[in-house]
Amino acid sequence: MNNQQITGAQALIRSLIAEGVDRVFGYPGGAIMPVYDALYDCTDQLEHILVRHEQGAAHAAEGYARVTRRPGVVIVTSGPGATNIITGLSDALMDSTPMVVITGQVASGMLGSEAFQETDVVAITLPITKWACQIRRPEDIPSMVARAFYIASTGRPGPVVLDIAKDAQIGMMTWKDYEKCDYIRSYNPSPRLSSEKIEAAAAIISEAERPLIIAGHGVLISGAEKALRDLAEKTGAPVAATLLGLSSMPSDHPLYRGMLGMHGNVAPNYLTNRADVIIGVGLRFDDRVTSMLANYAPQARIVHIDIEASEENRNVRSECFIHGDARQVLEAIVPLVSQASHPEWLSLFGQCDAIEKKTVIDPEVNPTGGGLIKMGEVVNLVSEVFHDRAIVVTDVGQNQMFAARYSRFTMPRSMVTSGGLGTMGFGLPAAIGAKMGEPERDVVLFVGDGGLQMTMQELGTIMQYHVNIKIILLNNNFLGNVRQWQAMFFNDRFSQTPMINPDFIAIAAAYGIAGENVATRGELDGAIDRMARHPGSYIINVSIDATDMIFPMIAPGHAVDDILLTQHTTFTL
Amino acid sequence: MADDNTRQQLFTMSAFAENAVGVLNQVTAIYTRRCINIESITASACSIPGVSKFTITSHSDRASMEKVVRQIEKRIDVIKAFLYTDDDIVYQEVALYKVPTDRLIGEKHLEWIIRRHSARILEITPEYTVIEKTGHRDETESLFEALKRYDIRQFARSGRVTITKDPTEYVTQLLEEREKELK
Repeated sequence: MNNQQITGAQALIRSLIAEGVDRVFGYPGGAIMPVYDALYDCTDQLEHILVRHEQGAAHAAEGYARVTRRPGVVIVTSGPGATNIITGLSDALMDSTPMVVITGQVASGMLGSEAFQETDVVAITLPITKWACQIRRPEDIPSMVARAFYIASTGRPGPVVLDIAKDAQIGMMTWKDYEKCDYIRSYNPSPRLSSEKIEAAAAIISEAERPLIIAGHGVLISGAEKALRDLAEKTGAPVAATLLGLSSMPSDHPLYRGMLGMHGNVAPNYLTNRADVIIGVGLRFDDRVTSMLANYAPQARIVHIDIEASEENRNVRSECFIHGDARQVLEAIVPLVSQASHPEWLSLFGQCDAIEKKTVIDPEVNPTGGGLIKMGEVVNLVSEVFHDRAIVVTDVGQNQMFAARYSRFTMPRSMVTSGGLGTMGFGLPAAIGAKMGEPERDVVLFVGDGGLQMTMQELGTIMQYHVNIKIILLNNNFLGNVRQWQAMFFNDRFSQTPMINPDFIAIAAAYGIAGENVATRGELDGAIDRMARHPGSYIINVSIDATDMIFPMIAPGHAVDDILLTQHTTFTL
Repeated sequence: MADDNTRQQLFTMSAFAENAVGVLNQVTAIYTRRCINIESITASACSIPGVSKFTITSHSDRASMEKVVRQIEKRIDVIKAFLYTDDDIVYQEVALYKVPTDRLIGEKHLEWIIRRHSARILEITPEYTVIEKTGHRDETESLFEALKRYDIRQFARSGRVTITKDPTEYVTQLLEEREKELK
């Protein structure tokens, strides 16, 4: 193949294959047609998933990347094709998701002329990508693809855009052996670990009497699950996960003490302000984790481990910041820390748990006295039926928080959700991508009636590719999370949150997807069983109580230890 | 310290980056995102082949500017970024003033002003004369004030060029280390 004359488009396809890509998500259009033509000859090596809207391609690629840890690849055309993936890029940047997006662009001679379907894609995408670049010459394509994959998948992973002018796709170039990129002088994704910092961190951790480990997304990205467990078990420190750190430790591990955040578990949130040492691993201490920053753990010595140097003191001031890969850092720290156990400290977690179980979890999961179905009980049952082994994908809103709170995890990388950006419409396409990335695992999607309708067109993708995902529609005919805030902070003025909804089962049926409506508690078990046993995709439309609210909650502007258990009761220990 | 973190003052940010399309955009976008106005900007090739130096001044507080610098450094094409206050650097700006030549010839006082401000004349034509002054902002400003009554036709001022007082050459060192790692 060497020294062969081929087009830029063919070089792009060869480069993708050389990077190990076997599946791309995309949508053709004028300025990317040469690439689709080159793809036509290579579909045996590179499967193309034709989505129904470019946003779907971006979120599907995210779902794929999140479960496989390999970059999701997207191919779209110029102009509207490119602008339709903006939300996905922004989402992927915030949630550290590796993605390589190829956008077609008008011919280089027409750039800047407001040519048909011309958009300044590089300028638009630079602030919401890790890197973006325009290619105007066919011979630059292989090296730029190599660079894109290197940047997207190393360091803190993120999305990268290659905007390829149409003449660069059509033009001829000489193909040479593909060279992967592993060095950019201005970019160092593998910083050398500082042994002084490692020793300092180990000393702080060994002195701790009330330690708390926070597991962020970085644990899953770096594959630090075992090192995390080793650190927890050796130091006897409880572990809490961020929303994106969920499944980094099995839910039933005695040292795993739940999720942090606005709707996280009481114990880790409340006791954040009692801990003497906090070890944050691969997280950016975002505002959903810290709540009111000024009152976040003022008493604690903070050890912060992150691959991104700019996270040092960005939100929370740390006593010891270690710049490095979470797994490498933890593996270096574990041998240096003292063996310890903290039974009294852990019993405080137990006390908080007991109160949360009685006042929040039991009434949600095992409601007594009839009434409409609650979201928590649905999630709990689904988790049970799938033996806590499914990949849980969520949309955004109450469905997401209930799914995060009431799903149990036994395997890593089992939670795919839009954390940083909070993108409604993420769920359905992300579930498609997740299933394609992990075809052997069950994929369940929790989605609300609002979010489903934002990207519902992707039911067509499910139909075309026979994707098997289990959709649990938590349907309250309301934009539930906004409704909850209207109830709590806007005097029950439900401005533009009620929705008149279509017959979702009929819509699914039109796409050949089986499903059923569930209106009463008695039907729920049977429906979930049928869904689990059904050989293809299945949707359950569950009518749920529109007044159901997600609690506990740390209201905006409040401290992590100021927790509402219900709308009108505050947690006290 | 808390005082220094929140006090508004003039900061100079110097970034060294690959000389590539759109890198300056990425740097200025970080100011835009935090709504920090750029007072002056200088961008040009530095002594290291293929590397550009951007020097941007802005009024802000130290805590915000430290975050800005880290976000700038985070960009793939940026090699290193530094934050300075005026004490840390030697810096200059250049200003050009265009005045009518007849006023210059007609009035002795103008010659005296040019001497006193250590300015120099770059070009004289029958119609206009271009005067150049290199110095700090207050110095170019003060010459502007002095020349005002001689009918300044045009005035232009550059951003800052800076040299650090620190004896360590961090960027050269960093690039040498990176090259070593490659081998």
